Amino acid sequence: MSTPFYVSPEQLMRDRADFVRKNIARGSSAAVLNYDGGILFVAENRSRVLHKMSEIYDRIGFAAAGRYNEFENLRQAGVRLADTRGYLYDRRDVTALGLANSYAQLLGNIFSEAGGKPYEAELVIAEVGDRAELDQIYRVTYDGSVTDARGFVVIGGAAEAVTTALEETYTENPTLGAALRTAVAALGRDGNGEPRELSPAQLEVAVLDRDRKQPRKFRRVLGSHLAALLEDEPGADEAALEENGDDESAASAESPGEELDPNTLIDEALDEHDEDDSTGDN
Amino acid sequence: MGTQSTGSAAGDYGLMRAAFGGAGTSFTEFLADYNPEYLPGRRAAALGAPNGPLPFDPPHGTTIVALTFPGGVVMAGDRRATAGNVIASREIEKVFPADEYSCVGIAGAAGLAIEMVLLFQVELEHYEKIEGTTLSLDGKANRLATMIRGNLGLAMQGLAVVPLFAGYDLETAEGRIFSYDPIGGQYEERGFHTVGSGSVYARGALKKLYRADFDATGAVTAAIQALYDAADDDSATGGPDLTRRIYPVIGVVTEDGYHRIPESELGELVQEIVDARHRLPDGPNAPLR
Repeated sequence: MSTPFYVSPEQLMRDRADFVRKNIARGSSAAVLNYDGGILFVAENRSRVLHKMSEIYDRIGFAAAGRYNEFENLRQAGVRLADTRGYLYDRRDVTALGLANSYAQLLGNIFSEAGGKPYEAELVIAEVGDRAELDQIYRVTYDGSVTDARGFVVIGGAAEAVTTALEETYTENPTLGAALRTAVAALGRDGNGEPRELSPAQLEVAVLDRDRKQPRKFRRVLGSHLAALLEDEPGADEAALEENGDDESAASAESPGEELDPNTLIDEALDEHDEDDSTGDN
Repeated sequence: MGTQSTGSAAGDYGLMRAAFGGAGTSFTEFLADYNPEYLPGRRAAALGAPNGPLPFDPPHGTTIVALTFPGGVVMAGDRRATAGNVIASREIEKVFPADEYSCVGIAGAAGLAIEMVLLFQVELEHYEKIEGTTLSLDGKANRLATMIRGNLGLAMQGLAVVPLFAGYDLETAEGRIFSYDPIGGQYEERGFHTVGSGSVYARGALKKLYRADFDATGAVTAAIQALYDAADDDSATGGPDLTRRIYPVIGVVTEDGYHRIPESELGELVQEIVDARHRLPDGPNAPLR
């Protein structure tokens, strides 16, 4: 029977933290930023199907960096937690803060559990509020510490270099396109030599759109919309979000005294609804 | 995972641990593992011996009609709930969106049915979020059948839930209707279907009014006519209440998703139909041959 070596708790935790930090830094970064209409998620990701950012609940989005299978486990746990809370209480009672705290407890416990391997994952939990002041962005690290961010936060990869780049370039309340271009430029300046130019095919982008009519605010920005935003084409911001059925103004433009035929009204009501709501292709 | 805890001391952490240990795409199954008491239909034991009558009269929802038209499907429900001979509610809503491309209408024990609809809505959204893709329309219909089967114990005690499910099938680009019996049998219907206490009268009306080439407005009109006929002959079905401005709940599902016809627009159409009934109380005539 062998006697195990004594390892001091300080040493143990340091070794674990070094192990995790090293592995998370090997991946690529993800940035989460406030823009004037909500919260923007941007990550370098060549895969179309293995997502780094996803919907958790009506107003809450999730971004992660690190080992895919591990943060995917965490994401699914978050969806289960949020759906259960929303079902047992009310949809409004599911909050980013509650979720971030639960993640922190879980990750903290996994980190300090003897025997197991700590999780190589860092998370951002973001919630879009009714007004910009109510937006919340939380960063949860592998050891269960939580910080709340104002403006922007970067996780994974060369997070420090990207954060430094963003500190220089990020301005308060940018438009969607401006925020995206700032973030993409910063993600390219990850400290490994020359700044890189990231193409739409290398990016995964999503928003929590405050003004979306449906209760579920999360949607992905894909394909031509993404390219147009990166190119700063005129009207690209509106185009990227246009599928939100934001044509209320068209309905109210009807002149009041006009005689109303109920049949055409119903057909019009149906036409009005013809926004293509593309959360389905998440 | 054996770490589940419902004690308040554990708070959300117990739930988070259970969620972390959970597997699979079904919210209902996760909830059943976590705490089966949270599910509708698992409380049969609390109601005493099976087969015994209930010591009270819970509210029941009544008539739902659904009909397809080229490009979609319309579902409509009256607004009455009855408890015995009492009108328990004159403005209950019994047609709900299940997700973006489907809707569900309920007849039977109202409280239980609404709880089941809530669970069904979460079930579909949960699948979508976990899997990153939506269920097929048949998949959704089958999930609903499974939930009704879980309610068998309560159904035997008189708390049956009889939903009607309809949606737009994105694969075949058409509206489809599924009906259920109280023990979870599932049947696809062609053209139109009705459930609830007034359903026989509504179905009779739709038989004569239904046209395969309806547009959305035609289908909505036929649905209101059918509900009017159901309310005419079934005391548990409420007709349009023009004095209180309470109209049927009408949902339309097309390739653009679920859309509820707003009351402002429905009012005009209902008024027109009721005015016509002043002249012809039995409604429009169908040709004899």
